[in-house]
Amino acid sequence: MTLPDGRAVVAAREGEGATLRIHGAPIGDRVYSGAITFFALCVPLLLLAIAWEIGVAGWPTLHKFGFGFLTSSEWDPVTGKFGAAPAIYGTIVSSIIALVLATPLAIGVSLFLSDLAPRWLRQPVGFLVDLLAAIPSVVYGLWGIFVLLPVLRDPVMPFLRDTLHLDKTGLFTGPAYGPSMLAAGIILAIMILPYISSVSREVLLAVPRSQREAALALGATRWEAIWGAVLPYARSGIVGGVILGLGRALGETMAVTMLIGNRPEIAASLFAPGYTMASLLANEFSEASSDAHLSALMAVAFVLFVITLIVNAIARWLVWQVSRNTSGRTA
Amino acid sequence: MSAATPPMAPPLRPTLRQRAFSERTVRTLKRRRVVSGAMLGVLIAAAVLAVLPLIFIFAHLLKLGIGSLSWDFFTKMPKPVGEAGGGLANAIVGTLILIGLASAFGLPIGVGAGLYLAEQRGTRLANGVRFLSDVLNGLPSIVMGIFAWQFLVRPVGHFSALAGGVVLGAMMIPMVARTTEEMVGIVPVSLREAALALGYTRWRTSLAIVLRTASAGIVTGALVAIARIAGETAPLLFTAFGNQFWSLSLKQPIAALPLQVFSYAISPYDAWHSLAWAGALVLIALIFIISLIARFATRARFATGGGD
Repeated sequence: MTLPDGRAVVAAREGEGATLRIHGAPIGDRVYSGAITFFALCVPLLLLAIAWEIGVAGWPTLHKFGFGFLTSSEWDPVTGKFGAAPAIYGTIVSSIIALVLATPLAIGVSLFLSDLAPRWLRQPVGFLVDLLAAIPSVVYGLWGIFVLLPVLRDPVMPFLRDTLHLDKTGLFTGPAYGPSMLAAGIILAIMILPYISSVSREVLLAVPRSQREAALALGATRWEAIWGAVLPYARSGIVGGVILGLGRALGETMAVTMLIGNRPEIAASLFAPGYTMASLLANEFSEASSDAHLSALMAVAFVLFVITLIVNAIARWLVWQVSRNTSGRTA
Repeated sequence: MSAATPPMAPPLRPTLRQRAFSERTVRTLKRRRVVSGAMLGVLIAAAVLAVLPLIFIFAHLLKLGIGSLSWDFFTKMPKPVGEAGGGLANAIVGTLILIGLASAFGLPIGVGAGLYLAEQRGTRLANGVRFLSDVLNGLPSIVMGIFAWQFLVRPVGHFSALAGGVVLGAMMIPMVARTTEEMVGIVPVSLREAALALGYTRWRTSLAIVLRTASAGIVTGALVAIARIAGETAPLLFTAFGNQFWSLSLKQPIAALPLQVFSYAISPYDAWHSLAWAGALVLIALIFIISLIARFATRARFATGGGD
């Protein structure tokens, strides 16, 4: 016998004192749990599908050029030679510039908000910094083209090169066109700032008050309390936030495409235009004429996918570690 | 416990060594205070510097965008180079259609996955899915776009609004899943238990009691996710592709504000540049309106939270 909701009714004991027992879950429950399990499985399935589709499409190129695909800097769709080194180099260098600029700033603003700012100032400033994350990439690019580039071209780049004599380092030499690795790095720094600062702010706010008070009670100045007691406590969480920002910077497309100059060459100077994997894809994908070209672009996408996958996994793991530790300690 | 107080000793004059030591301490203390003050100043400077770009960007958007805004901008179609006027009506409508498609695709899956994460908390699959959804959230949007091209556009042979909507929806899934999980997680267990005790089946408890209680928070999360995908450009380059003409068909390429801003920004024409600024301003305004609604939804949640 079955109930209307799909549960089976079976005799549990025969004869005198016979009882019936209801077996299984109602059909609605089974449908529901099946449905949400399916939706949950969509996430890993989507990731697998991305890896598979892009990997398979890029395989011919990866197979043909092997490791040379990553190290060769010749990218010529006409002759069918594909080496992604300039794009990989540009991706890494622009992200490093972004991290170098954004990390101190993000930690500074987070410390300001967690340890220094009066209560009434915390929310508005935090909100404004978070707002940076809401601005679309293409708007950053637009602003970069018409505001940042002219400023870089005229006072900033000549100032760095001629007045500060930084051309001797080899990083700030050559003509100041504007579109450059430096411009891309600066816009990326602004874009990843909110990601780093929101994670580090959260971690810093989770540092117990007692930690600060103990340092101050021992006679530390406010800065010494921050440097000696607060920052070490929050270190791995902040590192997680920085790596999260790195993940963003590596894959950022539109703003970089609009500012980096899109030239597939490796140049030591940060004033020179460059290329990133993402901007290479944005520029050439819709114009890919041959199957070989398309496959090479797919291979670039696959490399980008793998790199960001690893970076994000590390970042999540670090942040997760911290939240587990701090919740364990305060509880 | 109090120790016996020693008899008052006559005040001793500090020895020379003691005096030197204390002077050194005072000096280092002074230096430490100066360092501390300077570093706190650096922190304040960092905060100012972090907020400055935002102010600059908004100032320029308003200054350069408002001048190009007019009624035509919202109602007219783009005009070829050289002709004055013209607007981005098709791109505005296109963006709204793409947002609708993305929500229709991404919200149910995201909410469902979030329910699973909240209800199966601690199981191996839930932990794995949570981790992977965070990883998915961090994937470059251009990679999502290329995947969608390979998966949805290439087999069909042409760009389509549908592909654009689906890829934006896929980007919403991890965000919506995580906020849903969080919001369902803070619904008191007693509420669920009360429903079950009254004879509600599990699925009705989950949907009619738990999900409904958490709905305001989930709406907020969904709106935040929509605000984030509304400005995405990279995934649309090879899916929705953009369209110079009026099109509402889901099977055809469709215009979108971010795409239009991009192509106008890199064009060599001044008239198009000012249209790009206006487009960017409208895009930001759209995102802000959505975010504001999200904030009000959050406030409503807290308001009813006490009353219920």
